[in-house]
Amino acid sequence: MYDVAVIGAGCTGSAIARYLSRYQVKACVIEREEDVCDGTSKANSAIVHAGFDAHTGTMKAKMNVRGSEMMEDLSRELDFPYDRNGSLVVATADQDASLLDELKAQGEANGVKDIRILDEAELKEMEPNLADGVVKALFAPTGAIVCPFNMTIALAENAADNGVEFFLNTTVEKISREGDHYLIETDGKPIKAKAVVNAAGVYADAINNMVSSHKYHITARRGQYNLLDKTAGSHVRHTIFQLPTKMGKGVLVTPTVHGNLLVGPTAEDIDNKEGVNTTADGLGSLPKTSALSVKNIPFREVITAFAGLRAHEDGGDFVIGEAEDAPNFFNALGIESPGLSSAPAIGEYLADMVAEKLGLLKNPNFNGTRKGILDPSKLSIEERNELIRKEPAYGQIICRCEMITEGQILDAIHRTLGARSLDGVKRRTRAGMGRCQAGFCSPRTMEILEREVPMSAFDVTKTGGQSKIVIGYNKRV
Amino acid sequence: MKNYDLVIVGGGPAGLAAAVAARDNGIQDILIIERDDRLGGILNQCIHNGFGLHTFKEELTGPEYAQRFIDQVIERKIDYKLNTMVMDINPDKQVTAMNREDGMFVIDAKAVILAMGCRERPRGALNIPGYRPAGIYSAGTAQRLVNIEGYMPGKKVVILGSGDIGLIMARRMTLEGAEVKVVAEIMPYSGGLKRNIVQCLDDYGIPLKLSHTVVDIEGKERVEAVTIAEVDDHMKPIPGTEERYECDTLLLSVGLLPENELSRQSGVELSPVHRGPIVNDSLETNVEGIFACGNVLHVHDLVDFVSQEAAQAGKNAANFILHGEKKAERIVKINPTGGVRYTVPAFIRPEEMDETVTVRFRVGAVYKNSAVATYFDDECVARRKKQVFAPGEMEQVILKKSDLLAQKDLKEITIRIEEA
Repeated sequence: MYDVAVIGAGCTGSAIARYLSRYQVKACVIEREEDVCDGTSKANSAIVHAGFDAHTGTMKAKMNVRGSEMMEDLSRELDFPYDRNGSLVVATADQDASLLDELKAQGEANGVKDIRILDEAELKEMEPNLADGVVKALFAPTGAIVCPFNMTIALAENAADNGVEFFLNTTVEKISREGDHYLIETDGKPIKAKAVVNAAGVYADAINNMVSSHKYHITARRGQYNLLDKTAGSHVRHTIFQLPTKMGKGVLVTPTVHGNLLVGPTAEDIDNKEGVNTTADGLGSLPKTSALSVKNIPFREVITAFAGLRAHEDGGDFVIGEAEDAPNFFNALGIESPGLSSAPAIGEYLADMVAEKLGLLKNPNFNGTRKGILDPSKLSIEERNELIRKEPAYGQIICRCEMITEGQILDAIHRTLGARSLDGVKRRTRAGMGRCQAGFCSPRTMEILEREVPMSAFDVTKTGGQSKIVIGYNKRV
Repeated sequence: MKNYDLVIVGGGPAGLAAAVAARDNGIQDILIIERDDRLGGILNQCIHNGFGLHTFKEELTGPEYAQRFIDQVIERKIDYKLNTMVMDINPDKQVTAMNREDGMFVIDAKAVILAMGCRERPRGALNIPGYRPAGIYSAGTAQRLVNIEGYMPGKKVVILGSGDIGLIMARRMTLEGAEVKVVAEIMPYSGGLKRNIVQCLDDYGIPLKLSHTVVDIEGKERVEAVTIAEVDDHMKPIPGTEERYECDTLLLSVGLLPENELSRQSGVELSPVHRGPIVNDSLETNVEGIFACGNVLHVHDLVDFVSQEAAQAGKNAANFILHGEKKAERIVKINPTGGVRYTVPAFIRPEEMDETVTVRFRVGAVYKNSAVATYFDDECVARRKKQVFAPGEMEQVILKKSDLLAQKDLKEITIRIEEA
């Protein structure tokens, strides 16, 4: 019997698990995919919103502002990439610039610090590539960018290191109340827990509706993106948002913490909660829409496109807390944007709520720090040579686009909740995330997985399930 | 770490030929740095024949062709390091490299030859919509899996792009028991060699659909189907022409990009057209003492031309090391126009050039019954007719030093395709 079972190992579920592990608790996380960070958490804008977007008083506003405040310290404790690059919401001449003042007032009411309006001259100085029509902007110096993969993985690893168990490749099929606990039936073994936390992303409605008569409804709202090569990464320095128009929220243009340029997302409500496909229309719209705020984006440097699904609940706000008719069943539901920014705040808030309800005691052995995978490029030549003498694998480059060494890949495989697939290695190390998109390194990463896990070549997958890389031997003549 | 006069970055066909030529022109201290675990580069996975018809007057496989040059390197006792990655080259020709045994080390070279080759354009560069399942490979990655690792990436295959590697892999996958359903090519012509279309597609009854591209990829975990459609003159898919192919594999052969990240770090200026360094008649870049050859300079069709070009680079680097650089008396630009996309070299130094210089280039479209014409300013000095010029095949014009020296006021050389 577990005290708590968290459903979903995205950024929200992993944060809840991590903050729960500050208590003396027998907890587990149930995840349907083969790895943590394998749903919406891996396909989003990778930004930490300052917190002026959400209406004052909403859970979105509270969690966003708190999450944004927590993020920098958290990035140091858990060693994941974070950069407070600042954000701009820009308005063009034909837009009603007074909306920027409203946004500023809302941000201040939400508690966002240091936001101010910039005029055209200041703006062009800051960002020479802003579109010619841009005349005014709201500047939020606390806006930031983050690595969503390593943030989520770091939270999950830290939770696991503090005793939380993870059941990967496990899909929840049914939840029923049995006396003082819940029975969670899965496609694997059943799990009993005194409390359940629902952080199931686009499926959180289905999970809630299994136990509560207060039904929720989540629509998958797809966002499509283009990621550009690092040669385009300095096209803008800040995260550039557009002032929403009647035509939609617009798209953002932002550098990433790794130095690429990201453009997106579109917003389309779709029926298919597995619909992470990009479309010709969606991708085709990005150059035109992004040009309203940023000029001369070198779309020739696109290295990949991807789509993620926002878990949009009909009510429009985050639903966070205990279900009124299901004691000890807690929701983190409708966690769309700003979900990544809010994750630490949601984790802290819900973990404390669960702990109080269950009467959990503080865990005196909790270790809140975690060391990420070493980035040898940050070392001096002397330090690097010392490292290679001790561990020669750090002298062998596997991914030549991102210059990732075998040492880093070995670490990704052997650490807590280690990688078991090519994408697992990629999200942890960036091997395969560069301009050749794994053309060169995937056969080599496969070999390392085979040797180190160990596993058969025929069981190596791109991202779990049937996503196998090779299906048999050649004729061997 | 020992210092070397000449560092050659890359031990593929270009690096090997350059090393041999540099040694034969008097350079003793040469180091080839290769990132893979053997010399030979991409030829090691090109197990089909057809290599070396120009150089050796016989048909060799890729590994056999490579071995001829590897043998010459070994006979000459030229140093090389395997499993070693060059991390940086600076304008002072300091080469920083790394491997397991030596760690990170810096070599002060007198000259550097860039011979890093090229890489394949990935799916992302084309913005092909759809899911992102397993089963999508660049043709070269699939070639490595099948020919080096001995695995089959799939059984039912659609190929996008008719570059040579895609055509070769259509035949290879068929011979290994897979069913290649179709090769789609977005352009109205193939990007590969005519002989490969005949020997790899026609001989196996594999349809080639020109002016077609992939418009959707289905399958969340592994590829389940691919939809292709015809495109209009602006390369936009035409609604109603979609055809869906059930398959488990999509191979991409959609172009090669010279791999010039190191060149950029060293301050070498690149051409936006062929995406390789801009070089003079000695294949030297704008950074004195840094030369380039092979696919890192511009993507070649035949390895024989890589070897020829690389031998020139090796010889010129040797001359640079032994005699230093003379300031060019004058520079004559080559102007590619009328269907000629670019030229390598981009300019000529008539007083310093060799007795002859081979100018290589590609055309931007298919030209039938046309001629390649060379102009010295406004005067046509040479004209060569050909039935078909195609973008998949490299063309060349040979310039003679004596001709250039005869024209003291020459401003510009123009090379163009004209109606015959």
